[in-house]
Amino acid sequence: MLVLNMLLALAWAAVTGELSVQSLGAGFVVGYFVLWLVTRSLGESRYFAKAWRILLFALHFSWELLVAALRVAVDVVTPRHLIKPAILAIPVETSSAAETTTLANAITLTPGTLAIDISEDGKTMYVHAMYAKDVDSARRAIQQGLGKRVHEVFA
Amino acid sequence: MIAEYCALALTLSGTAFLLLAGIGILRLPDLFSRASATTKAATLGVGCLLAATAIHFGDLQVTTRALAIVAFLLLTAPVSAHMLARAAYRQGVPLFPGTKDELAEADDQA
Amino acid sequence: MNLPSLMFSLILPALVLAVALAFVRLARGPSLPDRVIALDVLASFAIAILAAYSVATGQVAFLDVGLVLGLVSFLGTIAFARYIERSTR
Repeated sequence: MLVLNMLLALAWAAVTGELSVQSLGAGFVVGYFVLWLVTRSLGESRYFAKAWRILLFALHFSWELLVAALRVAVDVVTPRHLIKPAILAIPVETSSAAETTTLANAITLTPGTLAIDISEDGKTMYVHAMYAKDVDSARRAIQQGLGKRVHEVFA
Repeated sequence: MIAEYCALALTLSGTAFLLLAGIGILRLPDLFSRASATTKAATLGVGCLLAATAIHFGDLQVTTRALAIVAFLLLTAPVSAHMLARAAYRQGVPLFPGTKDELAEADDQA
Repeated sequence: MNLPSLMFSLILPALVLAVALAFVRLARGPSLPDRVIALDVLASFAIAILAAYSVATGQVAFLDVGLVLGLVSFLGTIAFARYIERSTR
């Protein structure tokens, strides 16, 4: 389905006679709606719901990234260190290795948290968090935030 | 006109992030904080700057290149930070005083 | 104020300052992983400088250099991480 959508975007660019970012992007959006209209009459497809969830995840993740980056930035420029780090054991409920990898990468990519290790059975992830004054609430924040979002994308 | 201002804003914020990463890697007290804060700030800054570059040139060739670099950085930055942090942890690089360490507790039980 | 001249007057000096700060960490250490992280960040800075320089000069080819630099620095960091982990056993 994604391939079809990309082909539609290429076709759009070819028809408009202009191979640029704008025409490809517009072609992708138009192709998405065309595919949505066509497949709606043929039956359900998971592609559309999934595409939305991925988009939502990307937006949510960008927002988290910005907030975390600003918090670290404030700490870096102020003279006193506010950090209270901890290595948290976080139970993860992932269904595949790809999901675990995505979750670990997302956690590591957020400033202030860093996935250090994972237990042998793959059920517990050890995360270094810079701001964990309250260990349990920091743990919950990661579980409810990124953990849930990543799970939704893969579900 | 709007694109120009977007590029300007992205350039300035990207540079700010990169400078903060520079200050952070010097000032943060322990290795794990430095790894988790600065490599990500640097990635974010490079992403902003490359987005500004793509907008500034505004053609497909540059945009695909910028996208390729950003995608690659987003894939590799967490992997290298994670691998380094794990290696450092196993080597016994000291944590910031007062760090609660649940990994060591789990290791003790095992 | 156009972007290329702003790059020369403000952005590139700021990036050079960031590079200098990372170099201090590289020299100071104290441990090997610290230095490797400093190197990793330096590579990011180098990519940023390449992007800024390509805007400043209008030379698109610098972006290719950035792409290759990103690939190589990742491999370097991974190799260092493996080495550090091996040497502790």
